[in-house]
Amino acid sequence: MSEARLPPVTQVAMASLALIVAGGIYLAAHMPRAVPLAPAVGLLAASVLLLLCNVVALARAPTFNRRAFFGVARWALLAYVISAGLLEYVFLHDGVRGGVLVVLTLSLVVYAVHIPLLIGFTVARYQPASGAYADAP
Amino acid sequence: MADVAIGGSAPAAAAPPRPDFQIVPLRALPVVAVVLVALVAAIAADRLWALEFLHVAGGGLWTSLDLFLGFVLGPILGRMAVPARIELTTRLMPKMLVIMPTVVTVTLASGWQLGRLLGTVDSGYALHGWLVASYVVVGVMAVIALGLLEPANVAVLFELRKPRPDPAVIQRLMKRFIYTAGITGGMQVATLVIMTKVATG
Repeated sequence: MSEARLPPVTQVAMASLALIVAGGIYLAAHMPRAVPLAPAVGLLAASVLLLLCNVVALARAPTFNRRAFFGVARWALLAYVISAGLLEYVFLHDGVRGGVLVVLTLSLVVYAVHIPLLIGFTVARYQPASGAYADAP
Repeated sequence: MADVAIGGSAPAAAAPPRPDFQIVPLRALPVVAVVLVALVAAIAADRLWALEFLHVAGGGLWTSLDLFLGFVLGPILGRMAVPARIELTTRLMPKMLVIMPTVVTVTLASGWQLGRLLGTVDSGYALHGWLVASYVVVGVMAVIALGLLEPANVAVLFELRKPRPDPAVIQRLMKRFIYTAGITGGMQVATLVIMTKVATG
């Protein structure tokens, strides 16, 4: 098997996604009432921290096919930016404003960055540490 | 749940031939664009029928696909001969890569807007607890699908594009795909229970 020893990016990304989903559920469950933002901000901050941990861990991974990673992650990023943009449009259309909008927007940023990172990682981990890969589409 | 065996850790040299294929079927992208434009138009217009149509059609497709993949095709895939499994995977997975994110986005965005229009997402709604339960179910499915299922789907296609795919890598990724499809299929049963309860009051 061509898999190198790499940091636990998938597990960390799953935890990060779970945190922003929990924050989203918390906010959605209280709408349209005003809701204390502290729990959602805490969940978002923890999710961002895990995203940063993954970025640092991947940047420092010695045996990792970065060409494959970026080749896949950039297209996934395009797809997930469109998806996040649609959700942001829904929030704006519904008149979400203020702190709730900031938390939801930043959650979408984490979503739109972390999933492409995860897809790129999952593909690149099975590619040779350097050299070419079977490019998409 | 099916056992997935694709020849163990046989050397890559023993890998069977695989057909040429596109990881992302580019011909499907205009269709996706049309569907997403329709979604934006329905949300912008706040038309009840359009939102209901997109939510019911999208939700029906999402639930059916998850149940079919999790409980029908997944176990069959796990027991197929290696060349047949590769043939099916290279034809099925690229389509799923385009269909699933589109269906999920349409279902969730139109569903939320529909709930706003009907007042069912308001915290004062009589069946609010059921709605929150649906958020949790969808949230768990989203984390599993986005964090495990989709990356495995993409990675197995890249592995199959190699001149000599590694059977052990394909085995590991397909096992992940089949198990997560089974879990999301099971959670779709909960979605059906919740949505029919909300629809009937």
